[in-house]
Amino acid sequence: MKKIKILPTSHKVNRSFGGTVGLFLFILTVACFMALPMVLIISNSFKPLDELWAFPPKLFPVQPTLRNYSDMMDVMADSLVPFTRYLSNTVFITFAGTLGHIILSSMCAFVFAKKSFPGRKVMFETVVLTLMFNATVTAIPNYLVMAKLGWINTLFSLVVPALASPLGLYLMKQFMEQSIPDALIEASRVDGASQFVIFWRIVMPNVKPAWLTLMLLSVQSLWNIGGTTYIFSDEKKTLAYALHQITTAGIARAGVSAAVSVVLMSVPIGIFLFSQSKIIETMAASGMKD
Amino acid sequence: MKVRGFFRKYGEDYLFALPYMLLFTVFTVLPVLISVVLSFSYFNVLESPEFIGLGNYTKMFVNDNLTVKAFSNTVIIAMIVGPGGYLLSIALAWIISEFPRGLRSVLTLLLYAPSISGSAYMIWQIIYSGDQYGWLNGILMSLNLIYEPIQWLTDTSYMMVAAIIAILWTSLGTGFLSFIAGFQSMDRKLFEAAAVDGIKNRFQELWYITLPSIRPQLMFGAVMSITASFGVGDIINGLFGFPSTNYALYTVVHMLQDYGSTRFEMGYASAIATVLFLLMIIINKVVQKVLSKVGE
Repeated sequence: MKKIKILPTSHKVNRSFGGTVGLFLFILTVACFMALPMVLIISNSFKPLDELWAFPPKLFPVQPTLRNYSDMMDVMADSLVPFTRYLSNTVFITFAGTLGHIILSSMCAFVFAKKSFPGRKVMFETVVLTLMFNATVTAIPNYLVMAKLGWINTLFSLVVPALASPLGLYLMKQFMEQSIPDALIEASRVDGASQFVIFWRIVMPNVKPAWLTLMLLSVQSLWNIGGTTYIFSDEKKTLAYALHQITTAGIARAGVSAAVSVVLMSVPIGIFLFSQSKIIETMAASGMKD
Repeated sequence: MKVRGFFRKYGEDYLFALPYMLLFTVFTVLPVLISVVLSFSYFNVLESPEFIGLGNYTKMFVNDNLTVKAFSNTVIIAMIVGPGGYLLSIALAWIISEFPRGLRSVLTLLLYAPSISGSAYMIWQIIYSGDQYGWLNGILMSLNLIYEPIQWLTDTSYMMVAAIIAILWTSLGTGFLSFIAGFQSMDRKLFEAAAVDGIKNRFQELWYITLPSIRPQLMFGAVMSITASFGVGDIINGLFGFPSTNYALYTVVHMLQDYGSTRFEMGYASAIATVLFLLMIIINKVVQKVLSKVGE
């Protein structure tokens, strides 16, 4: 099996000490700029109200409290629809959308990468072309399509379009092309394996890094989905929607708002934390040819 | 019996591609086509569309005062945030690749986290808050750099800069990871050969050896940056409200929202969407052409 090589240590030729120190200081500055707002969110979520608005501002809480988190739960408990309902909607959307996306994209990516049926190039190039524009462009006609299908105010309207996200197919196809040797597929075919068996038993177990990558990208968008355009009844709303409702009360809710952000961001960041090296491995195959 | 032979040979392949391609067509390709068709019509959702030729396009560029503002704001933001985020991603990914593995992973996580954190960018509202309790004002005032708090979110002379900084904060996305992967999977022998050939320092090495060999990643990253830089409506709405003060941050995305979801002028909104679509595709194609010349 051909593996994409990740160097164990970086190459060291022609490296001046001064240059290394300079680059380190530069990246330290940028890393602080990137990290400070994140640290601020986390520390704000543990601050009592009087510390949230202090002059001069303090980065870390003096008397840390879990009050914001318990307030968040209290508001949730008082809401029209039980909090667990929002949570289960979001978990369902994220789980179904991600699983379906990985399976459908992988099936399509497999034949795009390893088969040569007529029309394959045109289809793949169309997918690549759609990477080049933003989804806002299609927001209005998408609404019309949903209305025609009768999917307005159903969870389908959030799950089904996510199954066919172009980025996932693109990354999966590129990765399969690089990591699965044609000879392996040929050998299995000679042994009498059907196309489905080859896909499921040979190809899929060998592209685990790419699954994780598609999982991260899909979870990141679905876990945070507000669904405000398509969903109007409360019992079908999502966690992100419910949480943002809490924060609209403004300044007084700044602490709760931070707690909400921590809850929403911890899932995608957690996935990345545990699968970073696999995701980078997938990204090595992400390049576009001229 | 040609047809039967064709299906015996390729039928399964099409079956594998079918579910994805069907959904992709319905939810991505079809909407683009609908948008183009509707752009030549007057359509208010209640009545059926009425063909009006280029009416929407002439209205957009002749009659609508805000159009010029929306397009120029969009282009200004995209021109700064697109290349800015792109170059920043390359530079940071390269510097990260100079460090040992453990430090590399920590830095990658730190830099990538803001782009996958959903609406965490709302924290900038507290940083930019217009009283002395806002973080930026608080810090500047305790350092005696300013004496009065500045209204970062509503003073039109600061809004654009404030928006761009917040957007750049979220701009180290998928492209950034792709560059990191590119730099890490470089063939070590290339560097040794280059050193023998007289490459003197790491910057020469970057320009002559590294960047040309990660050109495919550079292309992919460019697509990601361009697409993201044209779709910054949510973050602007979140921080500055909609509409922002004096329409200072009114972009094409807002125009779409305005005509599409508020005024139900679907034909006109579709014309705006079509222009935005063409703009993005053209810029992407031009950038790809330019990048294909890196290191030649």
